[in-house]
Amino acid sequence: MRLSKFEPRQAVIAGERKTTSAMIASIAPDGIPTRSAPFGHTLARLAHHRNGIVGLTADLAKYTDLHVFAQEHPDRFYQMGMAEQLLMSAAAGMAREGFTPFATTYAVFASRRAYDFICMAIAEEKLDVKIVCALPGLTTGYGPSHQATEDIAIFRGMPNLTIIDPCDAIDIEQATEAIADHKGPVYMRLLRGKVPVVLDGYDYRFEIGKARLLREGADVLFISSGLMTMRVLEAAKALEADRIRSAVLHVPTIKPLDNERILAAARRPGRLVVVAENHTCIGGLGEGVASLLMREGVTPVFRQIALPDEFLDAGALPTLHDRYGVSTAEVVRRIREWTSK
Amino acid sequence: MADAAAESEMPRSGSNVSLAERAYRIRRHAVRMGEVQGQGYVGQALGIADVLAVAYFHALRYRPDETLWEKRDRFLLSIGHYAIALYAALIEAGVLPEEELETYGTDDSRMPMSGMAACTPGMEITGGSLGHGLGIAVGMCLGLKRKQSDSFVYNLLSDGELGEGSTWEAAMSAAHHKLDNLIAIVDFNNQQADGPSTATLSSEPVTDKFEAFGWHAQRVDGNDIEAVRAAFDIARDLREPRPRIIVCDTRMAKGVPFLEAREITHFIRVEPDEWTLALEALEKGRRQ
Repeated sequence: MRLSKFEPRQAVIAGERKTTSAMIASIAPDGIPTRSAPFGHTLARLAHHRNGIVGLTADLAKYTDLHVFAQEHPDRFYQMGMAEQLLMSAAAGMAREGFTPFATTYAVFASRRAYDFICMAIAEEKLDVKIVCALPGLTTGYGPSHQATEDIAIFRGMPNLTIIDPCDAIDIEQATEAIADHKGPVYMRLLRGKVPVVLDGYDYRFEIGKARLLREGADVLFISSGLMTMRVLEAAKALEADRIRSAVLHVPTIKPLDNERILAAARRPGRLVVVAENHTCIGGLGEGVASLLMREGVTPVFRQIALPDEFLDAGALPTLHDRYGVSTAEVVRRIREWTSK
Repeated sequence: MADAAAESEMPRSGSNVSLAERAYRIRRHAVRMGEVQGQGYVGQALGIADVLAVAYFHALRYRPDETLWEKRDRFLLSIGHYAIALYAALIEAGVLPEEELETYGTDDSRMPMSGMAACTPGMEITGGSLGHGLGIAVGMCLGLKRKQSDSFVYNLLSDGELGEGSTWEAAMSAAHHKLDNLIAIVDFNNQQADGPSTATLSSEPVTDKFEAFGWHAQRVDGNDIEAVRAAFDIARDLREPRPRIIVCDTRMAKGVPFLEAREITHFIRVEPDEWTLALEALEKGRRQ
């Protein structure tokens, strides 16, 4: 529930004020190892031996890390201006001429504004366009105009489209290489700037369509994607103090889902299954997993950690992540609640 | 040598069939397809037939038996419902066999009612969702320039389609990127689904708009074959680093007087007994 805009905010004036997070805020807490612009650097490196790669953006090269590619390969970088419909159509045209375009913008603009162009000009023809979009879910404090809380719900219904939601810098680097090799259209959610490095501590390798079990545990099975995998890994450690043992199945490919591994993990009896995603509770990984389990007759106790079906507030990201239940502390609190009953 | 070989592929050299005869045959194929379905965008097909005759038998470089030939000029049909017209041209060009004309719009045909790249050789893009073609053309032109190709990209749009904002994103971009390998053609028949396009969302003055966007713009009578041919030549031979557009004023149902006289609508009604009459009217026009 939003506060009325006609009520003066005396409490805010008097209280400790947290300022709005930058448009592209780093989601990395202080002290955590990070890598800078993993997507941009990986794409620039790949382009040295893959001549077909070109980069296109709609006035957001700097905000999608594509500027790194542009600096290294200026003749292969196409600035399309603030015109997302054109961005997608032109990328389709480049793909028709045999190139592998990486087209970048914010997730809100790709999903809400350019949908028809991705659908008809790219996906219907299975063209080799890679759509890489910053600000997925709740990763900016700028409010609903920039928060792509429903991008996966929008894109999941589009035939032929592969959807990737990577977790950290390692995931992004490996996924960028994998989607460059993959034939066909891909939508990848992007974390940019200083991106946390988390998965180096696990036996992990990104593969399109494959989920990876990052840790085992007998009480809770987290099924997660994107930055929520970082959060549930932290939560799983914190929950050890409560003697709650958690498994984490990281699902970086939202479509096609790795049905086999999800079912295998969810079939293990006695575990609370919790799907955690940086996305609205509607139409994302949670509902995808739920329908899979229902179809296959696998019926564990099932919970979702996801953003509410609301237009979210503007503000500081830590505040918002707490408010909407996707911070590590909130994940821990809710698991305690759910397992104590 | 490769270029000389390519030149010989151009249908415009060596054929002694007149463009008027080509246009007649395109109209005839379209009417016969309309008859198969008992409906269709025959009015548009008859209106644009002269432009397609010039495109496929004067301007474009292509190989009928190798529709993905790298050195071909690309012809993008934005307006998917005009597929009947393009099928007629592709039949006349030898890309599609004439006997398949009878499958138009039937299940499992290579000629669906709305043009789809996946279905038909020579159909470069999937049209129908209007406002896509010019943007795709921009990307193809950029790609062709990267490959140092001398091929042109032609994009056939309609006047109604100019209402789509994405067309103007692409128009701005084509000039920005100095795409002198892009030739857009607008079929200005002043008719769209809900009525005259100038009364629905007017794009006039259309050539002024494109000139202001940085394009070389021409406007011709799209049913005057010589005028259309001259405009295509100017567009292709122009030595200016900017995209070109030819706005073609056409008459719906051109060539079949009793349909021309009918209250003009986006989707012309033709009674079952009128298809033969339409073919006869075309034949009469041909002899004149």
